[in-house]
Amino acid sequence: MTTPPSQTPEPSVHIDPYERGWIIAAIVMLVVFALAVAVASYSLGIQLPSPEARVDPNTISSTGPFANPGLRELAPGRYEAYILAIGQGWYFNPREITVPAGSEVTFYITSPDVQHGFKLEGTNVNMMIVPGQVSSLTRRFDEPGEYNWVCHEYCGTGHAAMYGTLIVTP
Amino acid sequence: MTAIATTTSVPPVAAAMPAKYVLSKSEKRFIGLQLLFATAALSIGSLFGPLQALEFSGLTIGGRDLYALFQPLLASYYQGLTLHGVLNALIWTTFFITGFFTLTVTYGLRRPLAYPKLGWLGFIMMVLGLLTAAVPILINEASVLYTFYPPLQANWAFYVGLVFVVVGSWVQGYGFYITYYRWRKEHPDVRTPLMAFGSLITMVMWQIATLGIAVEILTQLLPWSLGLLPGVDPQLNRTYFWFTGHPLVYFWLLPAYVSWYAMLPKQAGGKLFSDSLARFSFWMFLVLSTPLGFHHQFTDPGVPTIWKTIHAILTYAVAFPSLLTAFTVVASLEYAGRQRGGKGLLGWIPKLPWRDVSVTPQILAGVLFIFGGIGGITNASYNINLVIHNTTWVPGHFHLTVASATTLSFMGIAYWLVPHLTGRTLWAPKLALVQAWTWFVGMAIFSNGMHTLGLLGAPRRTPLGVAPYVPANWEPRLLQTAIGGTILFIGAYLFVTILVVTVLRKPAPANLVPQIPEAESIQDPQLTPAWLDRWAPWLTIAILLIILVYGPNLFYQISNMQNTSPGFRLW
Repeated sequence: MTTPPSQTPEPSVHIDPYERGWIIAAIVMLVVFALAVAVASYSLGIQLPSPEARVDPNTISSTGPFANPGLRELAPGRYEAYILAIGQGWYFNPREITVPAGSEVTFYITSPDVQHGFKLEGTNVNMMIVPGQVSSLTRRFDEPGEYNWVCHEYCGTGHAAMYGTLIVTP
Repeated sequence: MTAIATTTSVPPVAAAMPAKYVLSKSEKRFIGLQLLFATAALSIGSLFGPLQALEFSGLTIGGRDLYALFQPLLASYYQGLTLHGVLNALIWTTFFITGFFTLTVTYGLRRPLAYPKLGWLGFIMMVLGLLTAAVPILINEASVLYTFYPPLQANWAFYVGLVFVVVGSWVQGYGFYITYYRWRKEHPDVRTPLMAFGSLITMVMWQIATLGIAVEILTQLLPWSLGLLPGVDPQLNRTYFWFTGHPLVYFWLLPAYVSWYAMLPKQAGGKLFSDSLARFSFWMFLVLSTPLGFHHQFTDPGVPTIWKTIHAILTYAVAFPSLLTAFTVVASLEYAGRQRGGKGLLGWIPKLPWRDVSVTPQILAGVLFIFGGIGGITNASYNINLVIHNTTWVPGHFHLTVASATTLSFMGIAYWLVPHLTGRTLWAPKLALVQAWTWFVGMAIFSNGMHTLGLLGAPRRTPLGVAPYVPANWEPRLLQTAIGGTILFIGAYLFVTILVVTVLRKPAPANLVPQIPEAESIQDPQLTPAWLDRWAPWLTIAILLIILVYGPNLFYQISNMQNTSPGFRLW
């Protein structure tokens, strides 16, 4: 390209060498990221919420497992936690659950009214709570301590007060 | 960089376009009026920013929290947050964009709008929509935030208002398309001038993307709020919303790209580095902006993980045209800096026109956007998203996109555009530079605080000053965001003040009034291949891709719709 062409050149995509390098680097970077995500989610078993069950928010508080929310022991060290996120009053039912260290807990959460959020501090347990759907994730707790979960979706005037606590006993 | 210095002869077709186009008085008035509404929205919406930020710091006056002082005018943090989100993110942006695009389409194509009345019709619809939505928001009947997730139920007027704003912007878009169609008939072989090209693609992308909320409001929320539908399906509505919600980000961003590609190189004293790659980027945004909305729904219970994965990968793909843009814009600035005598690896940077009131804000916007882009890739990263989903990281992130890349660029654009439209010179240009740096510094402090708080687990959309669960290690960061937010407020009001005083000045001699900057490309646009200036293939790919990656799950969700959620008003 050091000598100007003698006639009108043909249209073509002109890519500068530096730009070509940048394009290749950008593509490589994005492909590596995508592969890292694929490996993390399919080999390391990192979960995202996926369709669990559909429920009727109008009857959920009176029928089925959410009529008596709380912790259930399935086997030694294995628990199910049924939690209702309630916007009319802004609280979780139950507000507190206690499990021994080394337990594996599967959370099942839904709401009888509006959307809420559920994020358990220091963990990857992070879910939207959507009326009509049950949100579920499983997680093992080895470190004793008190961990708060907070509602992270706007659900009305008392949203900021809405939280609960998981106590892991030694 | 020697390869780019080659100049090529201009083929005869390009000569058919006039060199300049002078906007008529009524065109200037039309664009100016849209900017006036945009700026008015920003000036009201920004009032709530520092309130939210200071609330974080736990500031009380006379033992009462800040919001108590404003009752009954402002009922709650959430009413303020709704106003902040709707006015700043939806109204300031949309009105600025339709006004700016009226200019880029008419000036770019060197001809008036084919039907100026269509433009006015669209604009009037937008104004009516704004007023209709404003009433319920102001009387606390629509404190549902700008995502308006059901089953929180706003007054019906809120939904009607939003529909009018969106459809009004479509109508303005139709005016652009007809104008373009007429121009294309007369100039079949001329490459569409870049500023018009980017604007047209953005409007088409917007019209495809907003089908999501159009369907959401018209088939679910509006009939439900009017009592015609007893319940809605909240999960389905989240899916409709995010069909629009992510491309909305590109609707905000691409007008800034139009300026960065088609204007900024000229303002900085250089040329556009690559015309063909600029066009390729815009096409990629048309194709990829929409089919990736599930990356906002990684934590949703009702969406299968396979679709979340596919959308995550497509989100990485849409990062590519932004990376291309980063290269082209920086290369164009480097070219400008070298034209101005810059030497060495980085010597071109200080040679850039940092005293230019329009250039500096746009460069600073680009710098902040680097961090916005990195954060965006983080958000898209599937499992990493679990760490930050719905934490303050997210508003920290989008203040680097919509409130920096977009808003700070729009401020830089306004600094030449408002004087151009009104025939004035800008009041206090040095203060305008101070304003841009104020915004930059305020945003750096604010968004760093918000990102860090998010990593610590602080939920977004929450008045953390009154939350009972705030641990001690959040406190310094809450204070940091309060400081940053306050600086941003000063930046916003400096901007508004400069514009208001500018408009009130005496008219200036024509030679002192800024002209419309249109960047030339280093390579003649006529040498860009025709396939980069043809709509059919790209539009086809865009629609096919949406059908492919949204179709199956949307079909499933719609056919399994359960309208079981009645409305709630819990505020």
